[in-house]
Amino acid sequence: MASTELPFGRRPLTAHLRWRYGWSAAGVIGSGFCAGLSASLLLLILGYVAVQGIAALNPAFLTQVPRPVGFPGGGVANGIAGTFIVVGIAVALATPVGVFTGIYLALFGRGKFADTVRFLADVLSGIPSIAIGLFAYTLFVQPLHHFSALSASLAFAILMLPLIIRTAEESIARVPTRVREGALALGISTYSSTIHIIVPAARAGIITGLLLAVARVTGETAPLLFTAFGSPLWELNPANPMAVLALQVFNYAISPYEEWHRQAWAGAFLLIVAVLILNVSARLVLRNRFET
Amino acid sequence: MAGVYGATGLFVAIVAGLFVELYAGSSTSIHAFGLTFLASSRWNPVTGQFGALPMIYGTVVSSAIAIVLAGFVGVFGAAYLVEFAPRVIAAPLAFLIELLAAVPSVIFGLWGLFVLAPILRVHVDPFLQAKFGFLPIFQGYIFGNSLFTAGIVLAIMIVPTVSAITRDVIAAVAREHREASMALGATRWETMAKVILPGATTGIFGACVLALGRALGETIATTMVIGNKPAIAASLFQPSYTLASVIANEFTEATSDLYVSALIELGLLLFVVSLAVNGFARVLTWTVLRPARAR
Amino acid sequence: MKRVNVIGAALVLFALVIAPALAATKLTGAGSSFVFPYFNTAFYTYNSAHKDVTVNYQPIGSGGGIQQFTQRIVDFGASDVPMNADEIKRLPAPAVQIPIALGGVAVTYNLPNFIKGGLKLTRETLVDIYLGKVTKWNDGRLTKINPGAELPDLPIVVVHRSDASGTSYIFTDFLSHVSAEWKSKVGTGKAVEWPAPSAVGGKGNDGVAGAVRQTPGSIGYVELAYVHENHMTQAQLQNAAGRYAFCTGRGVAAAAATKPNLSPTDFSIVDTKGETAWPIAGYTWAFMYREYQKPEEKARARVVHDVLEWTATAGQQIAGTLDYVPLPDNVQEVAKKTLAEVRI
Repeated sequence: MASTELPFGRRPLTAHLRWRYGWSAAGVIGSGFCAGLSASLLLLILGYVAVQGIAALNPAFLTQVPRPVGFPGGGVANGIAGTFIVVGIAVALATPVGVFTGIYLALFGRGKFADTVRFLADVLSGIPSIAIGLFAYTLFVQPLHHFSALSASLAFAILMLPLIIRTAEESIARVPTRVREGALALGISTYSSTIHIIVPAARAGIITGLLLAVARVTGETAPLLFTAFGSPLWELNPANPMAVLALQVFNYAISPYEEWHRQAWAGAFLLIVAVLILNVSARLVLRNRFET
Repeated sequence: MAGVYGATGLFVAIVAGLFVELYAGSSTSIHAFGLTFLASSRWNPVTGQFGALPMIYGTVVSSAIAIVLAGFVGVFGAAYLVEFAPRVIAAPLAFLIELLAAVPSVIFGLWGLFVLAPILRVHVDPFLQAKFGFLPIFQGYIFGNSLFTAGIVLAIMIVPTVSAITRDVIAAVAREHREASMALGATRWETMAKVILPGATTGIFGACVLALGRALGETIATTMVIGNKPAIAASLFQPSYTLASVIANEFTEATSDLYVSALIELGLLLFVVSLAVNGFARVLTWTVLRPARAR
Repeated sequence: MKRVNVIGAALVLFALVIAPALAATKLTGAGSSFVFPYFNTAFYTYNSAHKDVTVNYQPIGSGGGIQQFTQRIVDFGASDVPMNADEIKRLPAPAVQIPIALGGVAVTYNLPNFIKGGLKLTRETLVDIYLGKVTKWNDGRLTKINPGAELPDLPIVVVHRSDASGTSYIFTDFLSHVSAEWKSKVGTGKAVEWPAPSAVGGKGNDGVAGAVRQTPGSIGYVELAYVHENHMTQAQLQNAAGRYAFCTGRGVAAAAATKPNLSPTDFSIVDTKGETAWPIAGYTWAFMYREYQKPEEKARARVVHDVLEWTATAGQQIAGTLDYVPLPDNVQEVAKKTLAEVRI
């Protein structure tokens, strides 16, 4: 019968072996199909967005504030700035809380309380963003009688927490025990070894969670309605209502006007591209420092 | 160390605060309807009769469709990207999948409404009805805006979460396991299916749970394609309604105390559904997956 | 060197952040999304003439506008339905409501074959379709009104707004006026329980438009501006006087003309008696508080008053270019007179 050349010499290619190789090929192709399907979905959607919005993408779009219907030009510059500010502050708020909670769950948590915290992180991911926006509204906007970008950052930070906590926990727990033990054997304090040795070793997973969370939050609209509120003006002060790109996209998309529809699609295209750039730069920065 | 405990405490306080706020906001509605809120199918803002049963059904079913599809595609896709893909295409493909997470939900909604729904209504749904029409879920008149369409849109939205986290988890399975399996003569797929994936099960499970959470709470994209009909039907091709959609649709317009309270109670219900789903997932982990947890 | 750069950067950042705060009066308003495009253009135009006044209006929904106005988080609100007794009771102080925009709701449909002259519907048939009593396009009642049109044997998919909206309010108000059965069974509201078995809810005008466009055999209702801007197929509706017509600005203006004594308690202009009146139309209302006694509030309130007055009168010239219907002169008078009651 036929035989197959393997590194350790010839071996008869039995029917059973053929069957196993067949399954292996099927598995590889099948999973390749899954990966290809997911990736092509993005290309499809991105392509649709680009085609719809390409007419509106021009330098004016990126540098001007919105103009009403019928006035040529106008753009989403204030929304772009607003997105950076709101998401930036949200990351600053969520990362310490999320990573430290992840550290707690992975290294110091024991028993019922740790289990409950883990459970709560999963439950939180299921709460609709509009409810979290309302929470931020009750805490920040109502008492101060003032909409603000800060309250939006708060809502976004809460939205980001489950992803950050769970991925931080997973990656820290996966750091091999010998690394932890080695650090302690060197006489470094628990806290120091955690911050300076273990967390950097888990950096890859934490960054993944962070990037996913940022990507998700950049496209959220519902919490912004009652927190950042939106604005037609150029605004950089986080204590004031501020335009955010996702909100502008939403308002334009549901309007009756063709030119606003195109701006909505162009804005969405910008959002996706911005997250792409963020992802690429984050990975590039990390590439030199570690290997997966 | 204070930082670690402080952060955890803050996190618990936030979740507790959310729950308290949701509960306090729903008190009027809870007093008015009690448990009938969960059993009633009427949603009538004019007469003030509110019931959440069809929405609970819609939320659970659409999220179930989403996690089944996304879990399958996401996990196997991630497996391919980590183990089998040539280096050259692995990174770009991985990027593309993660970028899906950045698409704003309103765009998913619009794309689903204008591109996906017609394709499903004209090509996919009739095909399913022809082949599997003996199943009640594929029977009946085919609407473009339906539970099925919403499930698929949700699946697409949560694939990045499943895929990205699974990739990390699979990559972290110790090299020794892989090499040992190969040394024993296992084929590539057998190594994946029998050694790597079982080793990564808890991580994958965690990824799916997070993704499921996102699907449960998604508002805008779902409401644009689900048909927004508060009725329970066996067929997946009928329009339906989810808890989050009702809130997104009606919250900004509701002004009477009872109406607002009923909507907040829907939010509370979503909290409870999330609790129940996660609790169920925990039980599943302990009974079915624990034996496989060889950490 | 580095330190100077950092300080320099910090100063620039500080200046950039503070600079906008140095502009004079920044008003905020919230509410109806129907009126958003008009407000957007109106306030932009007002700002070109009055450089120190900027208005930030956001379309968070009529209910949202009322909520924020009640909390005194915004300076004024706008709603497609005037505040009712309950909402007024919840206000911290009495408010004035003025009509500020006028619009119509058109009926759109999707049939596979072209119908010459457009589909014709009587008021009663439209109600029966939405009640779920007329379920197929080739129903006798429809073929009788449309002789010569080839109506297919398709089920009628009834599309409505899933999100609570002023458009739904106006439409259900119209249906309640036409049919006592609708009034008792369903009623009027921004969100109602739609009785038709084949009812599908679309979110927003585009949701309804999208659903109608994708579903052969569907019927829905959308704002006039939306129908025009997106070239949708309209149905001809018969008004109370017996005339069939499409929804146009003139038809809406004719409907508005039948109620010269408009007020927040008597504001319905659906199914009116005019010869050329379009049966489905309604106003959007803006509101501010009646009294501003605190000295720090007075300057601001005066600006709000002036802006609202301009928007309801001189600004209405812009309305037509955006597919709204300019407020009739007598209604502008009503707005002016009501605003004069504000005590600053």
